Amino acid sequence: MKNTIKQVFHSPKFVVGFVIIMAILLLTIIYPIFNPGDPLQSLFKGSDRGSFTPPGTYVSLYDAVTSFRANLDNNSDAYAARASVEISDDDWVLMVNWFTGMDIDISGLDRTDTDAVLKLWKENYSDSAKPKGMTKSARNSAKRLNESLSSLGSEPTLSVTSADESKKVKDINATDYVPVNRVASVVRLPLGTDTFGRDVLKELVSAIGTSLMIGLVAGVIATFIGLMLGLLSGYIGGFVDDLIMFVTNIFTVIPSFILLILINYSIGQEARGAMVVAVVIGLTSWTWTTRSVRSQVISLRNRDHVNLSKLSGHSLFRIIMTDILPYIMSYVVMAFILQISSAILSEAQLSLLGLGPSTTKTATLGLMMNWAMLYSAHLAGSWWAYFPVIGVIALISFSLNLMNTGLDQVFNPTLRD
Amino acid sequence: MAIDTKTLRRDYSKAPSCLKGVGVTRYFTTGKITTKAVDHVDFDFHEGELVSIVGESGSGKTTLSKMLLGLLKETDGKIYFQGKERDISSRAKKKEYWSGIQAIFQDPFSSFNTFNKIDTVLLDCINMRGGRNLSKEKKFEMMTEACSFVNLKFAELTNKYPFELSGGQMQRLMIARIFLLKPKILLADEPTSMIDACSRATILDMLLQLRDEIGMTVIFITHDIGLAYYISDSIYIMEHGKFVESGSADDVILNPKAPYTKRLISDVPKIHEAWDLSTVG
Repeated sequence: MKNTIKQVFHSPKFVVGFVIIMAILLLTIIYPIFNPGDPLQSLFKGSDRGSFTPPGTYVSLYDAVTSFRANLDNNSDAYAARASVEISDDDWVLMVNWFTGMDIDISGLDRTDTDAVLKLWKENYSDSAKPKGMTKSARNSAKRLNESLSSLGSEPTLSVTSADESKKVKDINATDYVPVNRVASVVRLPLGTDTFGRDVLKELVSAIGTSLMIGLVAGVIATFIGLMLGLLSGYIGGFVDDLIMFVTNIFTVIPSFILLILINYSIGQEARGAMVVAVVIGLTSWTWTTRSVRSQVISLRNRDHVNLSKLSGHSLFRIIMTDILPYIMSYVVMAFILQISSAILSEAQLSLLGLGPSTTKTATLGLMMNWAMLYSAHLAGSWWAYFPVIGVIALISFSLNLMNTGLDQVFNPTLRD
Repeated sequence: MAIDTKTLRRDYSKAPSCLKGVGVTRYFTTGKITTKAVDHVDFDFHEGELVSIVGESGSGKTTLSKMLLGLLKETDGKIYFQGKERDISSRAKKKEYWSGIQAIFQDPFSSFNTFNKIDTVLLDCINMRGGRNLSKEKKFEMMTEACSFVNLKFAELTNKYPFELSGGQMQRLMIARIFLLKPKILLADEPTSMIDACSRATILDMLLQLRDEIGMTVIFITHDIGLAYYISDSIYIMEHGKFVESGSADDVILNPKAPYTKRLISDVPKIHEAWDLSTVG
């Protein structure tokens, strides 16, 4: 036993897979310690819901106004930075259209050189000009753009007053800076928020935990049923074998995914918690384990050591436990790992169809995908709501399959390179 | 160590019957094809006798031996154990039967459970003989005695796994197991076929010694008619699931009647003589 484990950990493939899955597992354990709280808590209230907030660091505006200020007189930098944010891609296209329509040479113009761009714009723009190839609406857009740009360089001082304008709180100049670490409230959202305003990273970590749990529960159930039926069917043979194989074949012929959909649909929306889905997945995916365990047992049951065990008067249970099971254990462990991987994928598929765990209290990897899809994250370009989820599913599946390949090479010497 | 049992050969035909079979049959059916592995064979083994069942590969020897051991159900026919019809319908009765009949298998490498230590194999035997409640020292003493009978040192074997032993050592351990069990009948299914010629003599010598020591009946299954002649009191020749000839070893070998027996005898290679291959079909 000890020797086998040592051998397994000498397989580079297994070790890589094992390290990845352990890292993921550690993340789900350690992250909530540093970032406690309900992962499905919305960060926003009321009217701000319903938009995917992009990843970034969010500074409380209120705190920024009231916190310590420094006047850094690098005016041109601040101005250029603000202007470069102000000139969007659409604005740039509009400007280029204007310049070309007016036959102005812009070959030497660099977009990032905001000063030069604005200078050229101010020199050439006039409301009455009619550049070639520009419609009236385009000219109107150019007019609006000009207004917004003209306010850029003027550096007005903003005044913050209380709501009834009775008390002036602060004047803010264009050159005022606030140190981020002196702002009382800063929210860091490395993966932004989803449409409900929930921190995607926090939600993702909790979803990984739930999905691994679903995989584990489904894997244990499927492997246990498959192993028991396979052992009985293979060892006892005869009528028991026929009966078990009849049932197994029926389950094999009907695609288990269809069974999953039908069962999950009939369970109903209320009763479908994460664990119920895990049990259902486990109950529908044991067939291949049964078939392969059975065939292994059949080849084992006529071996001399089993006959010798019989002659020594051992009971059926003891023979199965000591003379059959240890010989197929490596195989069962491999099947178990694959069951976990496929259960996690099944859950994701089901949830995408809206037949996964129907709960608003826990997140799973599949549910996160489902939410992202329902609120059109893929159309809005809100990649942070679903790309990390896809990545994690792929990584879990990859690492488990890698472990399986590593084990296969250890236990089947013919597969070694 | 020379084996010369010819002088020891005795006539057991008057001894009481130990294992008797009438019309014992075993068919294997796969789909529409029925293979007659053992086809209505009659036999009568006497107490203390060393019987050889000789036949080529696929003649049904191993199937017959499995039926004799009760590991395989016979399709037809009756087997009598010590004069009474054999009853192995329940596990308790099977256990009872197996305390009277034991086996040594052909391949020592697959006869042991590789996950169990050697001690487990021997302790099982002591437990089966009702020694479950003996003291640890007593059990150790019994195992040491059994191992020393087959020239093995138990102190060196304890806590080892079977795969750490050589083939000859494993087969000797099998004999040590029989030494502990002391059955009335030993069924040896080609016990020397997987072992080199030097170890073979040792193993056979030990088997014969053991037979004298506990006075058991030995059913020796082999494809080697020369070997069978050297050690047996009586011989059964098996061809395609049937006994074609049987009788005392001298009768069968020196005065063969069935053509199959003649062929088997002529197929044995002899030193200092040209090998007669004319009978090979």
